[in-house]
Amino acid sequence: MIARLLTTLGLMAVAPALWAAGALEGDVQRQPLNISAILMFVAFVGATLYITYWASKRNTSAADYYTAGGSITGFQNGLAIAGDYMSAASFLGISALVFTSGYDGLIYSIGFLVGWPVILFLIAERLRNLGKFTFADVASYRLKQKEIRTLSACGSLVVVAFYLIAQMVGAGKLIELLFGLNYHVAVVLVGILMVCYVLFGGMLATTWVQIIKAVLLLSGASFMALMVMKHVNFDFATLFSEAIKVHPKGEAIMSPGGLVKDPISAISLGLALMFGTAGLPHILMRFFTVSDAKEARKSVFYATGFIGYFYILTFIIGFGAILLVSTNPAFKDGTGALLGGNNMAAIHLANAVGGSLFLGFISAVAFATILAVVSGLTLAGASAVSHDLYASVFKKGKANDKDELRVSKITTVCLGVLAIGLGILFEKQNIAFMVGLAFSIAASCNFPVLFLSMYWKKLTTRGALIGGSLGLITAVGLMILGPTVWVQVLGNAQAVFPYEYPALFSMAIAFAGIWFFSITDTSASAAEERARFLPQFVRSQTGLGASGAVAH
Amino acid sequence: MNDPIYERIQANPRFQELVAKRERFAWLLSIIMLGLYLAFIILIAFEPQLLGTRINPDSPTTWGIPLGVGLILSAFVLTGIYVKRANGEFDALNKSILEEVQQ
Repeated sequence: MIARLLTTLGLMAVAPALWAAGALEGDVQRQPLNISAILMFVAFVGATLYITYWASKRNTSAADYYTAGGSITGFQNGLAIAGDYMSAASFLGISALVFTSGYDGLIYSIGFLVGWPVILFLIAERLRNLGKFTFADVASYRLKQKEIRTLSACGSLVVVAFYLIAQMVGAGKLIELLFGLNYHVAVVLVGILMVCYVLFGGMLATTWVQIIKAVLLLSGASFMALMVMKHVNFDFATLFSEAIKVHPKGEAIMSPGGLVKDPISAISLGLALMFGTAGLPHILMRFFTVSDAKEARKSVFYATGFIGYFYILTFIIGFGAILLVSTNPAFKDGTGALLGGNNMAAIHLANAVGGSLFLGFISAVAFATILAVVSGLTLAGASAVSHDLYASVFKKGKANDKDELRVSKITTVCLGVLAIGLGILFEKQNIAFMVGLAFSIAASCNFPVLFLSMYWKKLTTRGALIGGSLGLITAVGLMILGPTVWVQVLGNAQAVFPYEYPALFSMAIAFAGIWFFSITDTSASAAEERARFLPQFVRSQTGLGASGAVAH
Repeated sequence: MNDPIYERIQANPRFQELVAKRERFAWLLSIIMLGLYLAFIILIAFEPQLLGTRINPDSPTTWGIPLGVGLILSAFVLTGIYVKRANGEFDALNKSILEEVQQ
């Protein structure tokens, strides 16, 4: 029984692996040049660059640049969060999982959703009331600026780097697959566009790119689901019975299957997913773009709705692909496998229900999706360097807006060059573990420090610094010693650390470390930090003194 | 930062009432959400055949479908319930406390 439970938890945990696998691993078949897709993509780029131009004229202060001056509404921010969270890999990956295993795809997508309500209940409003530009503002609110900001910036940059590599490599492969463009051209193109958005348009342009992408993705997916339902006369029973008839697994696609390796890795990954979302710098940053806690709460409400709706659509799309794609020899090669791999299920379905024009649309949306995600990441990385490291640590809070912005823009360009370089460097590498690792680090370093700084009075700088660093080091160290890197990447025979995902252990070490080194801290500064909890607590609850929207 | 006002708020019984109410509500909803999710996992773990059972022998729809979709909807509904109460009742209380102490 217990084994069965663990196995099931394991299923939850494979999710990110599948998700990352959705980022298109290994060699892909290059497709012929897809003209309608390229035209639609050019239209998207044109529109977003125009928005960037419009945004650049409104960006005058640091607040404009980092958080769009707090002028985004809850509804807009909800769409932007959804746009930030629904990656191309999850769209293609989840529909592919439904296509191959049916019900398992639904179980898997639920794991990605349940973290959001918890973020709303426990984190969103306190974060908004305490912070200004980055989550380090909150973590270092009553602690020593230099130490905590350095730690948070390191945590952010490491997370951003791994996430960015995974996205860049996925982007290159996806574009090669969908548009027939060369991998290197694709990576350079993505790098240049994201730098343009962030450099000139800041948070305002990034937000609108994410909003547009979310609307395009949701409408494209809605259309596909609608066409699938029309095909079965809007009757779910017909959809399911037709799918059971043609699927090789038959009736089994209607019940939980099993795709698990080991239970500890599984639980570990489940934890990483749940709490990692609450420690991703680019997601947390989105909460500062709205004017107050009220709007911050609304953003999560709308985001949860859009993301949940999207997962339901992908479930229908996956079943639609079973009906309309798996039965059509035009989408298969000689061996009966899907052209371009199972990740192409949704793309082929687009062709089946909407013809080549709609196929082009969905391909362009997939590309737009990547751009929206990498832009958000770049902005989060740049603000960690300019706002946390440069302005607060290096200049001790005495930097002026202009210099801070200049550093941010230089960092953006550096990150763009770095992202292109890493994307090319990692082309042939196994990058499936990187998204899981990014979540593990976010859950083991950023999340414990942020959460305890808001909830635990006795937290001190020493505790946060040592515990957070231990979490970061353990997460990275165990990942390197684990099977994915030690065996698959470095080619050793046996993994030193047997589990694939470290979050279970690294989170425990982080929390234990923070607790121990905080309660044993008897220094005078620790006493002052504890005394500052009261005003922090009152502000986090009431919003008194919180940074508001900038009037234009 | 002017400490006296923060201390005045902290000492205000209505502030303590707000905090207690909102905390209880937030933790309650968090536990419901995680509990539902956990219950779903446990169901898959111990009674997978139950989720795979047809609701109606004539139709292929299994119990797993409404339960899975229900879980997605419950996430949305729970956030809705929290936002409604927090943006209404709690924010109104919060505003009146701030007005009171700032006079």
